[in-house]
Amino acid sequence: MTYNYSDLETVGELPAEPVLAAPEAEAAKKIEGRSPWRLAMDRLRHDRAAMIALGVIIIIVLVAIFAPVFALITGHGVYQQFRGPAPPIGLTPTGQPVGPTSAFLLGTDDQGRDILVRIAYGARVSLFVGVVATGITVGIGLIVGLAAGFFGGLTDSILARLMDWLLAIPFLLFAISLVSVVLVHPIGPIRPGLPVVIIVLGVLTWASVGRLVRGQVLSIREKEYIEAARALGAGPWRIMFIDILPNLLAQLIVYATLLIPLTIVGEASLSFLGVGVLPPTADWGQMISAASSVYLYGPWWYLLFPSVALLITTLAFNIFGDSVRDAFDPRGDLFV
Amino acid sequence: MARFLIRRTLQGLFVLWLMTVTVFLIFFIGPGPGAVARTLAGRQATPAQVAAVSHRLLLDQPIYVQYQHFIWLLLHGNLGYDYYHSQSVNSIIAAAFPITLSLLIGASILWLTIGVLTGILSAVRTRSVYDRTSTVLALLFYSMPTFVLGFLLILGLYYEFAIHGVSVFPAPGTWVPFSENPAQWARALILPWITLALVSAATYTRLTRGSMLDVFGEDYIRTARSKGMSERRVIFKHNLRASLTPVVTQFGLDVGTLIGGAIITESVFNLPGLGYTAVQAIGQQDLPVVIGVVIVASAGVVIANVIVDIFYGVLDPRVRLN
Repeated sequence: MTYNYSDLETVGELPAEPVLAAPEAEAAKKIEGRSPWRLAMDRLRHDRAAMIALGVIIIIVLVAIFAPVFALITGHGVYQQFRGPAPPIGLTPTGQPVGPTSAFLLGTDDQGRDILVRIAYGARVSLFVGVVATGITVGIGLIVGLAAGFFGGLTDSILARLMDWLLAIPFLLFAISLVSVVLVHPIGPIRPGLPVVIIVLGVLTWASVGRLVRGQVLSIREKEYIEAARALGAGPWRIMFIDILPNLLAQLIVYATLLIPLTIVGEASLSFLGVGVLPPTADWGQMISAASSVYLYGPWWYLLFPSVALLITTLAFNIFGDSVRDAFDPRGDLFV
Repeated sequence: MARFLIRRTLQGLFVLWLMTVTVFLIFFIGPGPGAVARTLAGRQATPAQVAAVSHRLLLDQPIYVQYQHFIWLLLHGNLGYDYYHSQSVNSIIAAAFPITLSLLIGASILWLTIGVLTGILSAVRTRSVYDRTSTVLALLFYSMPTFVLGFLLILGLYYEFAIHGVSVFPAPGTWVPFSENPAQWARALILPWITLALVSAATYTRLTRGSMLDVFGEDYIRTARSKGMSERRVIFKHNLRASLTPVVTQFGLDVGTLIGGAIITESVFNLPGLGYTAVQAIGQQDLPVVIGVVIVASAGVVIANVIVDIFYGVLDPRVRLN
């Protein structure tokens, strides 16, 4: 018997006739059905670009988790300003940032802080906002899209109009207005800094997910197996979450993977415009923004290294997201 | 067609109205009225003076009175006056709009040309070295935050030349109206154009490539080829026309969004267009200016959507508007 049990688990069914002669078992194994998930995972695993991108993402996640280790090894706190006179000195006598040296591998910023350590801590903000805000976006979009597509009628009309309206608002302009209000007047738990950035990025952007889900649900709803479920006495909730939802998962996963880099750029953009994460929190967008006012006087490293960190992160997520899409949809007819 | 236009116009107006209500609400929930009156009255002002300023700007009135006032002016084509300098918002927008429009026209021509051409080449020579390179580059620029690219261009193309005394591009923040000197106008806008174009072109490369590859699989392409039609004709006449639908959609959405100001690009290059103006106004809680830009921006999105829908019918006769 050469059954591979881990395979069976993912396929999710036991062989009907477990006792077979050796050659027959071989043949059975060859034609063993593989679930679409399994096929997608196999394709993904053989995609070299995807695996490299995934490796980079894992490294970035590790950097974010172990950011304090960077502070520990260098001995430079994330908020620590090395203004001298005791070495290491992080600012020139004229108060300018110091370039990359053995003490500060990536140089210092305009406050005399270690850029390497701050980039490591900045990864936490980017990843956290990227993942959490994307989760909110996909969550709201899924629920609203399901409700609009499944219930139809008045519910659908109202929700569809709501999505149209959200899609028509100039996102960045609105985001800045909202955040600038909260900066002065916190509204309940929506406080300045991370909370408001996450909420703005999550709550203003779900309409595209909602529209995608709604469209899918509209077509799935008419399938025979939904009719069958209804005939068997399944209620609306069961049909929505047990019968329809699993058919949306692949698309949602692909969408979420591609949404994460967009959200990360969104967060960096808000911080760049001065309405994102509050100083002195280490954040890539904010570092780039602060650097933008001084880099033309020489400290290119201050601008370059956070930019590169941001670019590598978004690039890795985009490459990985592209590969996930190709893996789920090799012919390219599910997603445009 | 007429019914379609009327319905879409009404829907668009409804969206615009919702937008103004939302901005008003945000302003009144937030620090708006108080902050504006205090800033204007100055640090030494007595409460009475602050109240006087509030009264002059109608800020002490209930929100619906102010909204009525705003709508009344708007119906007369007047967007109101900014709180700080009593300048007409119409004239502020009229001054900023040409800058945004100049940025948008140059950049959109660039990105459409670059994006669609590289997309066609990639699709025609699938899996060639060229295709792979352009796919990688497209992904790179697609992942590039606009401000990162902008600063890198300033660093590499302006700063490096400037410190060696060569002035190829003027300093960021330079703006010369087209009517004054077209050559200087273009020179000042080249770097912003490239920034906006490269970041956007990537999407078009990917869209064009993907959609052309899809169309190449269609039966009528095989028919065209088997009729002995030249490959060039198959590509441009038969394939490209069908492939352009998603490109047109994207173009409409992008242009619509950018009408309200390319906020990031304008901020990076200190170009006082609509986006830059809006960011400044938001920082000062200058409601009339913010609302003015939001109206222009939302109108841009709404109008762009209608034009895209009309264009569908032109590109693909199967599409009927209703």
